[in-house]
Amino acid sequence: MESTQSKPGPLCNPEGSQRTLYPYVTGTSVVALKYKDGILMAADMGGSYGSTLRYKSVERMKPIGKHSLLGASGEISDFQELLRYLDELVLYDNMWDDGNSLGPKEVHNYLTRVMYNRRNKFNPLWNSLVLGGVKNGQKYLGMVSMIGVNFEDNHVATGFGNHLARPILRDEWHENLTFEEAVKLLEKCMRVLLYRDRSAVNKLQIAKITEEGVTISQPYSLKTFWGFSAFENPTLGAEGSW
Amino acid sequence: MDQSIQNDLNAPHSMGTTIIGVTYNGGVVLGADSRTSTGVYVANRASDKITQLTDNVYLCRSGSAADSQIVSDYVRHFLHQHTIQLGHPATVKVAANLIRLFSYNNKNMLQTGLIIGGWDKYEGGKIYGVPLGGTILEQPFAIGGSGSTYLYGFFDQEWKEGMTKEEAEQLVVKAVSLAIARDGASGGVVRTVIINSEGVTRNYYPGDALPLWHEELEPQNSLLDILSSSSSGPDMMIS
Repeated sequence: MESTQSKPGPLCNPEGSQRTLYPYVTGTSVVALKYKDGILMAADMGGSYGSTLRYKSVERMKPIGKHSLLGASGEISDFQELLRYLDELVLYDNMWDDGNSLGPKEVHNYLTRVMYNRRNKFNPLWNSLVLGGVKNGQKYLGMVSMIGVNFEDNHVATGFGNHLARPILRDEWHENLTFEEAVKLLEKCMRVLLYRDRSAVNKLQIAKITEEGVTISQPYSLKTFWGFSAFENPTLGAEGSW
Repeated sequence: MDQSIQNDLNAPHSMGTTIIGVTYNGGVVLGADSRTSTGVYVANRASDKITQLTDNVYLCRSGSAADSQIVSDYVRHFLHQHTIQLGHPATVKVAANLIRLFSYNNKNMLQTGLIIGGWDKYEGGKIYGVPLGGTILEQPFAIGGSGSTYLYGFFDQEWKEGMTKEEAEQLVVKAVSLAIARDGASGGVVRTVIINSEGVTRNYYPGDALPLWHEELEPQNSLLDILSSSSSGPDMMIS
């Protein structure tokens, strides 16, 4: 094996501190938007292992407390660990038994602190997180990256979603979308991701959070469209091209 | 250490072995090959990669032999203590979670993919996959190790819910044997462990008892036997 006397790498320290080098099992984009009654979030159920689409039933969105919904892309083991931290956070909050409960703003802030502090130790949780929720009629939708960058917006996406879904959302999102319009819009984004993101799998869930609570849909698949004459005969008039 | 930084960020480390765990109607069947290799040399051609954690929970190990052994030893120790404290057998979920804890918290140092399978009276037969990184995923079936890359298509086609014990074991043996046929890092014998409410059964399928696949020939004792049995005289020359 390698010698223990290798010259120090750029970010090594003599005590052999831990730092996450790269992710193993990863989830791809999460897309979310605000609509009339709350937040809608979509994510596929894929867990990729490098270029292999290894796991196809990974739930990448989970409810947090009564008022929030967390979606994650990136390393699944780090997401699972985050869920444990949040479990503990919510438990302690409930133990106060004071009628108060953690809202999405608070959860988002907590996540930001966790992610940023890990980044400062050069041992990040390799995730991009989307946190959405409704409390006391106030809708909230925010994002945190693995280096601790955080912001809120009317629509957010992680990974490829930033490049493919956000432009669609910038064009077609407006205040007070109905549930139906919002679902159709999200599905439009997810379909584009399915066509163009190599790590996407055709099995997704859409989650809804409103004042009433969280619902995560059963897994389902989207229809795709291939019936274009240009697809059937792409090299017409240009043999050898693609 | 520098080498790992230079690795293509998307390429997982290849691991010698094929390991499989499947649930069936009543329990689980775990299966593995028996080859342990150091580089190109086969250090052990009859290893046992299915190790016991408790009476009712077993573990399939892949990746670094040392890492998987040490994790299984630690978890066996803590599970033993847990069982004493609890007063009755530990659940498969608890065993799987302990494995996850070690794998996750030492992710920078460990290189082992594990499949936990067992039976407990609360949930019946369960399979948990813990790949590199320490993700934990409960699955109806799990495959792991370098040989598993050849089995994704096979399982996509052949897997079905609610198999009988015999069907499940046959599927596992067939799958491991297919992987052995194509993966240089897998070979030897196929070992299976069946766990259900009645207990644990270990089975052994020696390399010469496995089915033959494409381009593989029936093993013979010697060329001389072939020559003497061919009726039209020695057919040695092809001109």
